[in-house]
Formats: sequence, C-alpha cells, structure tokens
Amino acid sequence: MAKQTIAAALVLLLVAAAAYAAFFVAPTERSMGLIQRIFYLHVSSAWTGLIAFFICFLSNLTYVFSRKPRWDWLGVSSAEVGVTFTTVVLITGPIWAHPVWGIWWTWDARLTSTFVLWLLYVSYLLLRTLIEEPDRRALLSALFGIFAFLDVPLVFGAIRWWRTQHPQPVIMGAPGSGLDPRMRSVLLFCWLAMMALMAFLMRQRYQLEAMRGEVEVIQREAEGQ
Amino acid sequence: MSLLSNTSALLGKELRTEFRSRELLTTTVVFILMVIVLFSFTFDPTSSESRRFGPGLLWLAFLFAASLMLQPCFLREQANDTLSALRLSVDDPFAIFLGKLIANTCFLLLTELLLLPIFAVLYNVPILPVLGWLVLVLFLGSLGVSIAGTALSAVSAQARMRELLLPLLLLPLLTPVLVASTQVTAALLDSAPYVEWKGIGFLAVFDLVFLTALWLFGEYLLEE
Amino acid sequence: MNPPRMIGAGLHFENIDKRYGSLFALRHVTLEIAAGECVVLAGRNGSGKTTLLRIAAGLARPSSGSLAFLSAKGATADGRIKTGFVAHATMVYDELTAEENLLLFARLQGIPDAQNRVQSLLADVDLADRRDSLVRTFSRGMRQRVALARALLREPSILLLDEPATGLDPDGTAWLARTLRRLRGSGCTMLMSLHGESEISAMATRAVRLDTGKVVADTASGASLKSILTFADA
Repeated sequence: MAKQTIAAALVLLLVAAAAYAAFFVAPTERSMGLIQRIFYLHVSSAWTGLIAFFICFLSNLTYVFSRKPRWDWLGVSSAEVGVTFTTVVLITGPIWAHPVWGIWWTWDARLTSTFVLWLLYVSYLLLRTLIEEPDRRALLSALFGIFAFLDVPLVFGAIRWWRTQHPQPVIMGAPGSGLDPRMRSVLLFCWLAMMALMAFLMRQRYQLEAMRGEVEVIQREAEGQ
Repeated sequence: MSLLSNTSALLGKELRTEFRSRELLTTTVVFILMVIVLFSFTFDPTSSESRRFGPGLLWLAFLFAASLMLQPCFLREQANDTLSALRLSVDDPFAIFLGKLIANTCFLLLTELLLLPIFAVLYNVPILPVLGWLVLVLFLGSLGVSIAGTALSAVSAQARMRELLLPLLLLPLLTPVLVASTQVTAALLDSAPYVEWKGIGFLAVFDLVFLTALWLFGEYLLEE
Repeated sequence: MNPPRMIGAGLHFENIDKRYGSLFALRHVTLEIAAGECVVLAGRNGSGKTTLLRIAAGLARPSSGSLAFLSAKGATADGRIKTGFVAHATMVYDELTAEENLLLFARLQGIPDAQNRVQSLLADVDLADRRDSLVRTFSRGMRQRVALARALLREPSILLLDEPATGLDPDGTAWLARTLRRLRGSGCTMLMSLHGESEISAMATRAVRLDTGKVVADTASGASLKSILTFADA
C-alpha cells in the first residue's frame, strides 16, 4: 500500500514539475504567446497515446499465442489509457487552434489521423462490452486490436498524403520546423512525465482487471468443489 | 485438400448460393442507389461540384453498403452450424476466409460496375475514357473492403448488437481505403485525367497487409 | 445398403477440462473408449455431453488435458483417425440441394471419386429421389439423413452423434436405429449422447453418465445400463 502511495506522489510531483516547466521554464513563442504552451501537453500526450496503443498491440499478440489472462488485462488497460491520452490530444488541439486562428477544428493531417485512431480504439473498447464470455472477449478483442494497430500507419500515411493538399493551418508547426533547444528539453521532460503518468494509470487499471480475474478464479474453484 | 481446391469449392458455393437468390446483390444495389440520390439533395449537383464531391460520395456509399452487405457473411453459417461442418472438412481454415472474401469482392465489384454508369449520368462525370483504370481502383478498393469486412464479420457474428457492430468496427479501419480510392477516382474523373499511381500502390499495400494478417490469424477467429 | 468396410478406432480422454469463462463445462474427465464399442453418453442438459463430443470431433480444444486416438489394436494412433460428427444442428446448407451439399463436402474433404460416393450415400440414406431438392424443403427426419450422409463421407472409424434422434418421429427413429446397427456391424466405434431409453440406446455396449461436467457413473465400473439411462432426466 505504501509503495502505491509513494508511486502516486512521485508521478504527481513529476507532472507538477512538467507543468511548471511548460509555463515558466520554456521560453515564450514568438507569435502565439501563452496559448502555445499547450503544445507541450498536446505533443507529449500524442506520443504517449501512441506508445500505449503499441503496448496494447504487443499484449494482443502475446495473448493470442499464450492465452494467459494477464495479457488481456494489459491489453484493455493500455487501450483505455491510450484513449484517454488521445482524447487529451483531441481536446487540446481545438483549444490551441481557436485563439490562434479563430476556428475550432482545422482538419490538420495529424489531428484528423488521431481522430481516426481514437475511433478505432473506442471501437475496440465497445467490442469488449458486447462479448460476455471472458475468454472469447479476450481473444476477439485481441484479434481486432491487432488489425487496428496494423491500420494505424496506413491511416496516418493516407491522410498525410492526400488530405493535406490544400493549404491549411498546421497544428503545432509543420514537421521539421526547428525547435528551440530549451523548448525541446521542456517537451522531452513533459513527455517523461506523461509516460510516468501512463505507466501509473495502466498499472492501476491492470490491477483492477486482475482483481476481477482473480474473483473469477475463486468462483471457478468454488464451483469445482 | 489443397488450399486452392478448397477455396474454389467454397467460392463456388458462395457464388451459387447468392446467384440463386440474388437477395444480397439486389438489396445492395438499391441501397447504394438510394444513398447516391440522397446525397444529391445535400448539395447542388452542378458540374463543378459533382466532380469535387462525386468520387468521395461514391466511395462512401460503397463503404456503407459493404458494411451492411458483409454482415450475413458469417452469420448465415450459424443457422445450421455449417461453419462447424466447414471447419471439419477443410485442412486450412484460411480457405474458408479466402473463398468468402473472393466472393464478397465479386459481389461488391458487380454492384459497383452496375452503379457506375448510373452515377456517371446523375452527376455528369465522364467515365468512358478512363473505364479501365476505374475498374482497377474499384477492384483494389473492393478487395480491401472485402478482406477487412470478411474478417470482422467473423468477429461481429460472435458478439451482441452485430448489426451495428460491423459498421462500427469496419468503417474506421477502412479510412485509408476511403481516402486513397477517392483520391485515385477523383484524379481519373478530373477535367485533365491522370493516374494517381501512389494511390494504386497504397491500395495494393493495404490489401496485402490485411490479407497477410488474415492468413496469420484467421484460424483464431473461428475458434470455439 | 452395403456398409463400407470401416475398422473402428478408440478414444482416450485424459483429464479433460473445458471451461468457458468461470464455468466448467467439463471437469477432470478421463474416459477410454475401445475400438468398436458403442457408448451412450447420458446426462441432463448442460452436463457436458455436447462439449465432450465436440472435443472428440476436433471442433473445440480442451482447456487442459488431452485426447488421443487409439488404433483398432489399442495402440496410440500416429495418423489422423477419421471421425464423423452428427450434431444437434444439421450442418448442411438449406439453400443447396442434398446432392450439392454432399458434393461440396466431398470435394472439400478430398474424397476420391466424389460423384459416385455421393450417389451411393444418397441411396444408402434413402434420399436418392430427393437429391435435387433444396434441403430447406426437407422434413426433420430427411435433414438428419443428409446430416448422417455428410458425416459418413470419409468413412469414419469413429462416429460421434449428439442427440441424433431429437425431433424424429417413430419412423425416423427406427430408420436411424437400423442404420446405426448396420454401421456397428462394420466395426465403427460410436459415441453418442442420448436422452433416456430408446431403440437406439438398446444397442449400446456401454453407458457413461455425466453430471455438471464430471463422469459420475460408468457401466464399465459396474453401474447398470438401465440406471444410467433412466436417471438421465431425473
């Protein structure tokens, strides 16, 4: 129990430090001012979300071949955490865009792809609610999860190649635009904080799922008597 | 027996069953037609706007239709548990998927080819000069839709709310197909038509990726 | 009917568990069935009979434990033993004719000289005159006959039947009993689940009762055939 609290405190500290860095350590961006600082949250959440989905993909693969329930627990945990971070990306995008350009949504390539990514994993979670039997649910959602992740590069690729013909505001600057070294350090630090938060949330969710799984085992044993 | 002979036997069964009743084909054609007509009410189908919106609308209509048409694919094997009979009879379960996805591609392609001239007339787009290329993109796109749709039909058949579930799972997954196919089609229907090779290559890659995934994981989709 | 020359094979279930989520369909089932035996599985609905049969057929895999096939001499078989499965559902396509159904499965299974085999099977199950009718138009009894024909396509050494007489009228049941007796005569091993006593259960050489996934009685261990069968619906 104490270990949990210490971990939670550390993560909180890290996130607070990252927020501080984003607001006070990072230099102010030339043209956009204060609102640009949301960039640190937006980009670090995007990277973290993708990593969570990658972990989901690996868990799905492992489950299909090993059939050990703990990989299913990890799968659903990482998917939920991934959706959470992706939601943050989808919310911070408009929050940033509106003061800068006066419009809420710009159909920027990366944001649009992120939206599709969000839809894919929300479908994954919905699929899980529609299958009652646990082993079947684990297997079918793992298989869908594998298909979904294989789709991710194709989604990003297609949208980037063919939905960015018209000049449009690019959220957070075009790829390849140089980052001030201080900004880069703050971004990396924020990303570290987000990763710590991701690990913490995943662990909590995993333990919840594991508890449910163990109750099931106990039930099973009881019925077996 | 060999994958090839099993696949062709199953393909034969799928085709024979459908052409005997033609219920899937007719309802799908009418559905797509209805969507195309309804779409026309949402904007002014004058020449320039048709060319801009037409291709996307067409592919959107195909995708919606496919997500409905592919539902019975594995569902109908549940009625008399014929899926078990198939599983017991074939050596490689991939044959079951292969037979079905080839049949589904044929059905989709057939409905699309039937609707293409109607679409051309309603929206005033010239299809004859680029017909060959159009058929190619229709084929590659439909193949992608079929591969993903057949696989996910096996998933949704085992869940609740399967009527709504298949579109829910399939449509986000097919976003790349929608984007690329629309692009290639729009390029072909442009006032100065050209072949968007990147798009065609992309569709081929999509098809290959998901066919391979289905080949690797298909047997688990059919597990009891 | 000329019964095909089928030499039976045996089955050995070793400590089979099958669970679905938190429910055990089968628990610690160990059972050995010798070649040529005709075994009846009795038990209430949900006792695990269907699950055991589906595992034997290869449709389901046990959660733990193993299944081995034994040659007619009792040794573990190296090659694949051919099994035939007649289930509750007919496992044939309503939208195809009897002949089309059998030809399809014969082709899939790689049966040599499929056309002749299908015609002779259709004759064996007395459906030769209805070969071109859609299965959709068949009565329950006729559908069972197509189902049996399908199961017999590859001349199985073991025939697995899951409540084959359900929904059959007395004529249908009599026909099934006759047919199964003839198959037994050619040495085919049979494992079938049944409800209660009937013409069909009368030919059993052994009976096993399952309850909540466990083997609770076996004539091989001394229980009486009648007691196993009649308690089935208690």
